[in-house]
Amino acid sequence: MLEMKSRWAPYWQAAPLAIVFLIFFVLPLLVTLAVSFWTYTGYSIEPAFVGDNYATAFDKCLASLPDLCTTFRTYLSTLKFCLMVWLITLVLGFTIAYFLVFEIKSNNMRLILALVTTIPFWTSNVIRMISWIPLLGRNGVVNQWLMGVGLTSEPLDWLLYSNFSVVLALVHLNTVFMIVPILNSMSRIDKSLVEAAYDTGASGWQTLWNVIIPLSKTGIAIGSIFVITVVMGDFISIGLMGGQQIASAGKVIESQINALQFPIAAANAVVLLAIVLMIIWTLLRFVDIRKEL
Amino acid sequence: MSDKTKSGISRRTLLKGSAITAGFLGTTAVTGFPAVHADEPITLRYLSTATNQSPAIAAKAKEITGINIEYVTVTTDDVTKRIITQPDSFDLVDTEYFSLRNLIPSGNFQAIDAKKVKLVDKLATAITKGEIDGKKIGDQGTAPHKVMYLEKQRGKEFAKEQTEWITLIPTTYNADTLGIRPDLIKRPIESWAELLNPEFKGKTSILNIPSIGIMDAAMVNEALGTVKYGDKGNMTKEEIDKTIATLIEAKKAGQFRAFWSDFNESVNLMASGETVIQSMWSPAVTAVRLKGIPCTFQPLKEGYRAWASGFGLPKTLKGKKLDAAYEFINWFLDGWAGAYLNRQGYYAAVLDTAQQSMEPYEWAFWMEGKPAEKDILGPDGGLLEKAGSIRDGGSYNTRMGAVACWNSIMDENAYMIQKWNEFIAA
Repeated sequence: MLEMKSRWAPYWQAAPLAIVFLIFFVLPLLVTLAVSFWTYTGYSIEPAFVGDNYATAFDKCLASLPDLCTTFRTYLSTLKFCLMVWLITLVLGFTIAYFLVFEIKSNNMRLILALVTTIPFWTSNVIRMISWIPLLGRNGVVNQWLMGVGLTSEPLDWLLYSNFSVVLALVHLNTVFMIVPILNSMSRIDKSLVEAAYDTGASGWQTLWNVIIPLSKTGIAIGSIFVITVVMGDFISIGLMGGQQIASAGKVIESQINALQFPIAAANAVVLLAIVLMIIWTLLRFVDIRKEL
Repeated sequence: MSDKTKSGISRRTLLKGSAITAGFLGTTAVTGFPAVHADEPITLRYLSTATNQSPAIAAKAKEITGINIEYVTVTTDDVTKRIITQPDSFDLVDTEYFSLRNLIPSGNFQAIDAKKVKLVDKLATAITKGEIDGKKIGDQGTAPHKVMYLEKQRGKEFAKEQTEWITLIPTTYNADTLGIRPDLIKRPIESWAELLNPEFKGKTSILNIPSIGIMDAAMVNEALGTVKYGDKGNMTKEEIDKTIATLIEAKKAGQFRAFWSDFNESVNLMASGETVIQSMWSPAVTAVRLKGIPCTFQPLKEGYRAWASGFGLPKTLKGKKLDAAYEFINWFLDGWAGAYLNRQGYYAAVLDTAQQSMEPYEWAFWMEGKPAEKDILGPDGGLLEKAGSIRDGGSYNTRMGAVACWNSIMDENAYMIQKWNEFIAA
């Protein structure tokens, strides 16, 4: 009897979360999947099982090769941002985490500095985005300063509504997602391992490469998953900072929803989900998060 | 081991307890609270965009009719979405005529009974008949008179003639054009074609709401002579292709600084000088001007893109709430609200009563296109225009008389959205 109870206990304990997930995550996902095969008019959606929505999503994609169709171009552009933001946040996040763990000796100071990294989240996303305009705009602070010290004679247009501003905003938003998990992994590294490496004659870089990075791998993987999923699904930052001139998968879905084309929006959502899952699956090939947690 | 079991049991007991609590709460919720007392004031949930809402109007309505107005504020696209997907979440909606082509077939509206609307014969003819003083105005696109009447109250067919079943009772309407910064352009602007003029490379913007943006694009293309349209408000696939192709070409050449989809974005772009000529809405022009920055809602020789918005009733509304909705609509047409909207630069549905609620000098400025005799104040009492200035575009008859097309939903709407996304991705 006791045996039975203890065998079932973990399941009972996991049940509440499982139910929440089922209702608010799995179920909506299944509905989205189902609706992606439905047909629609301007004012209604009808249950059906057709592939038309997927065909529209990839309209002329094969026929127009080697030129890229809209969908491929959109995903390529989103992937490009994803890669750039991932690389920059990784370097920044790793460096900051390293500094906090190995260079700061006082625990209180470390805590305070770690909290400082969350400052970008003190205001709403939209306000944060809008505040870039007076900074980077044609008549913004940066341009006025550049012209003031005589570095440029005309305002630089590429500071705002460009690839540059999109990457800047996304890095600004997402670096903290990289810092926290890496910080978490790093602070668990036994300091005597680092000392042992030095004692056996390893240089600073060798220690970093052979000891610290491998032991921070879990944090890096978790941070990467955060950053990649956020950037792949983002359309607000890309929209606002790109002056809405840069396409993103999320924006395509949004304009279809606004036009009441729910089934085709659902089909695009399924495609986006599949791509993100593939990226994460690839990541997990390299790092077994569960083993190292 | 026994430790674990214990904790398991206690947790389960706890769960049981909370389940009972939840069940209890659930029951209460189902039983519900006692029905609202009959003598209590009625509240109407008023769904619309922020543009059509004003605390001052709600307060005045409460004072005169005793009806509470509870505003539900969403974006243009979300008004349509709410009507289609949650028709019970409002009691009165103020929505654009162009979306009726999707709303009426959904069957979520009941037509308004003309017999219960006192001033129904006084509604502006620009809306009811598509004419001003007996003269026809442009009716390309979803002109309101095409979708204003139904064959029967719960019908799904639009009537060609006036009937007693009205889809929407007009609230506001206006003629839109391009906004410009005269201080930065320093020369007269007379045509929609200027939006794609390379002279303004990197300093223009178009709005990224496909159903409206495509109309602005059509005005530009027609002015340039690059595309000839049968009906700009109902393009063929070929016309859509050509329109989008010009836009893509301009975009690749760096003509646009940014696109906007929200009123405030358009104000920011213009006020900061990021753009000097762009698609714009009249209250946005006012907002830029209130910052002390020169901005003109420039009349253009090809005419205006017009829109109109009106009250509709959800099919489920009945009893006291339905009566209250009619009472509120009648009050709305009675003049006070109309005058308020006229002072914002929109046009009121019933002009006679609005005139009675405005000072003669205000009427002369806003509606007759005459120079302001005194300083013109906004509805909130702030200074809008100094004495002596003239309204952009002139009188009501000149502005509404020059309408070229109306906001619309095309037969090829789905295709248009797909092509628009292509333009954004280009």
